[in-house]
Amino acid sequence: MNPIKFLEKQGCKVTYLDVGEDGVVKPEDVEKALRPETVLVSIMYANNEIGAIQPIAEIGKILKNHRAIFHTDACQAAGYLNLDVEKLGIDLMTVNGSKIYGPKGTGFLYAKRGIRLKPLMHGGGQEAGLRPGTENVPAIIGLSEALAKVQKRRVKESKRLIAIRDYFIKRLTKEIPKIFLNGHPKKRLPNNINISILGVEGESVVLYLDEAGIACATGSACNSEKLESSHVIMAIRNDYAYSHGSLRFTLGKDNTKKEIDYVMKVLPKVVEKLRKISATWQK
Amino acid sequence: MAEVDNWYYSDKVKEHFLNPRNFLVEDPKDGEFDAEGEAGNMACGDIMKVWIKIDSETKKIKDFKWRTWGCASAIAATSIFSVMITEKGGMKIEDALKITPQEIIKRLHGLPLRKIHCSVLVDKAFHNAISNYLENKNFPPPPTLRVGYG
Ligand code: FES
Repeated sequence: MNPIKFLEKQGCKVTYLDVGEDGVVKPEDVEKALRPETVLVSIMYANNEIGAIQPIAEIGKILKNHRAIFHTDACQAAGYLNLDVEKLGIDLMTVNGSKIYGPKGTGFLYAKRGIRLKPLMHGGGQEAGLRPGTENVPAIIGLSEALAKVQKRRVKESKRLIAIRDYFIKRLTKEIPKIFLNGHPKKRLPNNINISILGVEGESVVLYLDEAGIACATGSACNSEKLESSHVIMAIRNDYAYSHGSLRFTLGKDNTKKEIDYVMKVLPKVVEKLRKISATWQK
Repeated sequence: MAEVDNWYYSDKVKEHFLNPRNFLVEDPKDGEFDAEGEAGNMACGDIMKVWIKIDSETKKIKDFKWRTWGCASAIAATSIFSVMITEKGGMKIEDALKITPQEIIKRLHGLPLRKIHCSVLVDKAFHNAISNYLENKNFPPPPTLRVGYG
């Protein structure tokens, strides 16, 4: 979002699309928002907070006969989804290394042949004049190796993680009262679980779980630099009670169902305790 | 210590956050407390409620209970504040009113800068509770009471 805000400051006209309750953009909305002079459409392949997978191929189809360049941020998606840019109808795609077990600080921009880019940094002539600085060969190799690896096992790994994810969600919603899944139950990344637990505050839950050796994140205002709630949860829920008590678990290649059982041993007790302290929880 | 702006919580904060003292377990029964006070707002998610019991003879705080929908700092700050005003037989109202958020933070061995408002929360709720108490009893407010606060 911030790069777009930057462009807006430079005088570009920007339309922001709303998402539905499941966090998914409607292709019709993209179509409606297109103007003849639109030059760029940028839509995340999958959202990092609620894992919502966007209908990129459908939007790509709509844009086929329009001059606008279609960009997608595939950082979250690269480990699990199909990156066939032609099928998706993508002109530009960003992928980074840290989300796919590659070297941190690496990333690349795919650009369809024929798309001319301007450098952001000037000087040097490296990378076809697009990015100055001696190429970091180990990082480049590391990144491409990482991408090749995750893409190779993405179908199998997705299947494994979806089973764990759905098992986790099922237990959460069954064993903890007043807990809500954020985002679509199926149209989401295999590794993403995002829930709102009413009556508790996210940072407190995160720290209690941390004590037990469990790592997760929250969209609670209390946990953010500027004390602002997650705009993603607010966009789909429009209620502070949900962002304040939101919790995100991200699964990875080393996580197992056994670990979920451990979380389910700890989390319900933490929620019970914090609800006891809570000023908004009705007993 | 409070000047150091980081995300690390002191051991003291951690101790009170993990083992909060004096929070209200059961909803209050009639006459169990003399007054209650509230502070915070839903939008920040920072809601604080406190209940007080005062010895009308000695004007000492006999009991202080709280509930919050706030973060670790809010929980720890309120917990330590509850200890501060009830320890050694309870503080006198006027003395308790003199406690500043800075003193609460000091007892916690510091709070990250952006978490300072969480300690203000309990301070506000407490002042509001005392203000309600004095009003009920028709007692004049002491100069240390921060009125219209929060
Ligand atoms: S209660 Fe929200 S930051 Fe402490």
